[in-house]
Amino acid sequence: MAAAPGGMKGFYLALAAVAVIGAGLLVYQITKPAVSIPANVAVLPADTAGFRGYAIGSDSAPVEIVEYGDYQCPACANFDIVTLPDIKTRMVDAGRVRFVYRDFPLDGIHPHARLSAHAAACADEQGKYWPMHNLLFQGQPDWARGNAPRIIRGYAAAASLDMGRYDECMESARYAGRIQATYEQGVALGVGSTPTFLIGGRLYPGMGYDEFRKIVDSLAALPRQ
Amino acid sequence: MTRRMGVALLSLIGIFVAAYLYLYKIGKIGSVMCGTGGCETVQLSRWSSFLGVDVALIGLVGYAGLFALALVSLQPRLAHDHRPARLLAVLSGIGALFAAYLTWLELFVIHAICRWCVASAVIITAIFVLSLLDARRPRRAEPG
Repeated sequence: MAAAPGGMKGFYLALAAVAVIGAGLLVYQITKPAVSIPANVAVLPADTAGFRGYAIGSDSAPVEIVEYGDYQCPACANFDIVTLPDIKTRMVDAGRVRFVYRDFPLDGIHPHARLSAHAAACADEQGKYWPMHNLLFQGQPDWARGNAPRIIRGYAAAASLDMGRYDECMESARYAGRIQATYEQGVALGVGSTPTFLIGGRLYPGMGYDEFRKIVDSLAALPRQ
Repeated sequence: MTRRMGVALLSLIGIFVAAYLYLYKIGKIGSVMCGTGGCETVQLSRWSSFLGVDVALIGLVGYAGLFALALVSLQPRLAHDHRPARLLAVLSGIGALFAAYLTWLELFVIHAICRWCVASAVIITAIFVLSLLDARRPRRAEPG
């Protein structure tokens, strides 16, 4: 039996009501402000006081490798996963190299670069920078195409951070100035892509362990200045 | 016809539930309203995709298909035809089985409950029950 015209009218009205309410809620959810880390903020002296980057290795190591990196950059992830472990075990642990990571977020092509850099800074605040650094690079394919704020927050939990402090840190965006400062330092040095390495005053693009070893060997052979 | 209307309405609600979870999954929505945090655990687990496709997207496409089929089945010339109802019952039955599998995963593998996933499981089960009742409805003679 077909529905009466009045019944169909009521049905279509109910459909329209569900559609309007559902679409409205979705639009609200999409457009409501989420955690974001501003770029191009004014850098204050306090932003960089005592901060030269995230370092591992001895202060007295003869060679310093400074990476200008971006957590959303696939080549940086490749370096971090493939090459950096060798550099750590063979050169950093041996006291020959001090490795320093500095943020160089490429906002134009990596929309979550600053968010991830800030999450790492918030982890550093709790003494968990390197676990977070590793999780960010290992999980890059997931958060780069997924819900970055939530996935990265999951890494913070996995790294055993105090989540109340982490959330407060992310909402405050208090390290935005420091991230911008390292970015501007990189630009001033001539960094234009990631990863770029500053070794002995010269810039190098991404390369394999053997190339790093040759450069470190040649610099270590020079008399200390 | 009332049952098919119910199927259409429930499918439309299901579309929005699945769309909400899918938009969260692809990063268009920053946080999901869940209360317990179980939604994040479930949505970020490796079981949130099936054969490489996001489960929420499968749900979205499935509900859209059921919604379209339910609207077509409401056409007066199909009012006495059992085939759309049977097709709805088969498709929603598959959906209900899939939802049961996902609920089992939540309870016994992931150990977290996503309220929106439970809502979706209830919706698809209700659609299945309505479609089944419609398909088993005694056939009436076509008006002369």
